[in-house]
Amino acid sequence: MNKVLIQLLLIAGTLVIAWRLLASYGQRAQALRRIGLLLLAAFAVWSILDPLVWQNLAANLGIGRGADLILYGLVVAFFGYVVTTFRRFRDMETRYTRLARRIALDETVPPTRRRVAVPAAATQPPEPTDPTDPTGLSAPTGMTDVTALTDLEAADAD
Amino acid sequence: MQNDDVWLVVPLFNEASVIGDVVAQCLPVFPNIVCVDDGSTDASADRAEAAGAVVVRHPVNLGQGAALQTGFDYALSDPAMRYVVTFDADGQHQVSDVEAMMDRIRSGDVEVVFGSRFLDERTEATALKRLVLRAAVSYTNLTTSTRLTDAHNGLRVLNRSVVERLDITQNRMAHASEIVAQIGAMRLDGRRVAYAEEPVHILYTDYSKAKGQSLWNSVNILAELIWR
Repeated sequence: MNKVLIQLLLIAGTLVIAWRLLASYGQRAQALRRIGLLLLAAFAVWSILDPLVWQNLAANLGIGRGADLILYGLVVAFFGYVVTTFRRFRDMETRYTRLARRIALDETVPPTRRRVAVPAAATQPPEPTDPTDPTGLSAPTGMTDVTALTDLEAADAD
Repeated sequence: MQNDDVWLVVPLFNEASVIGDVVAQCLPVFPNIVCVDDGSTDASADRAEAAGAVVVRHPVNLGQGAALQTGFDYALSDPAMRYVVTFDADGQHQVSDVEAMMDRIRSGDVEVVFGSRFLDERTEATALKRLVLRAAVSYTNLTTSTRLTDAHNGLRVLNRSVVERLDITQNRMAHASEIVAQIGAMRLDGRRVAYAEEPVHILYTDYSKAKGQSLWNSVNILAELIWR
């Protein structure tokens, strides 16, 4: 009976935390996480003052030892941590991908301007790379694209 | 030119030894090629550019899915673009297959043509590879409202309105399933996207075999799909 109770509690706790962290974004979820952290800290202080607090709580829940209760709690907390971290990383990756994509596209001659440039470029000798680069350190993207763009601007001005 | 309204989108990552030939083979048929260099550490980007492709360079490595989306964004900035072809950089796809797929999409009854290795017997794959690919396509069919025979083929032809609505967020390998899923969920003027499959021949050369993803990666793909 007691075993069933603790199992139910654990399953419910895991699901609630997972759902809270997965389904809810925003201020409320963040506030709840912070309150949870504060409660944990308060409980830690309490357990320093009264080492039996976990043991008593465990006995009330029907778990053998207080240490087991802490372990279960840690498992749930860790799972929640993994989920939030995973989601935070994904959000960050999405943002950083958009940024990198914007940079990449901004450094490339767009198709419309390229069309204008094709006849002009065809009359010039091909210059795939810049052999005169004195530093040897030039950012390959920036350098070639900047020259390509100025060529284009000249073509446009004509 | 005949295929002026087509953009070939080629995600490019460390393929310097083959990309020049791949671009040179495609260029006579498809004049618009954009290679998205995904932070290659070799001369891939220069080779592709020298061979006549437009090269968009990711400042850092982001993954093949991200490279495809960048290529889509570039192609979409061309108002004359009507079709996008996704094409692998490692030389395993045939230009003739793309031409057949273009004929199919230009006939007007479909908006997407997927290449499939399993519609005929030309592609030689090991039994294990077949099994994993079949399992993958079963999973994709189960979780998306599509019926395909090969969901992880890099060869696809998409029309402009489909490309406009695609938003690949799976940066790494799970993007193939994501594309299928988004096309399955997509509505064009309230109706589903019409798609077809065309048989294609994947050339598993020694080079592509050495470079290709190991079957272990299917575990990673599955994890990425479940945790999306």
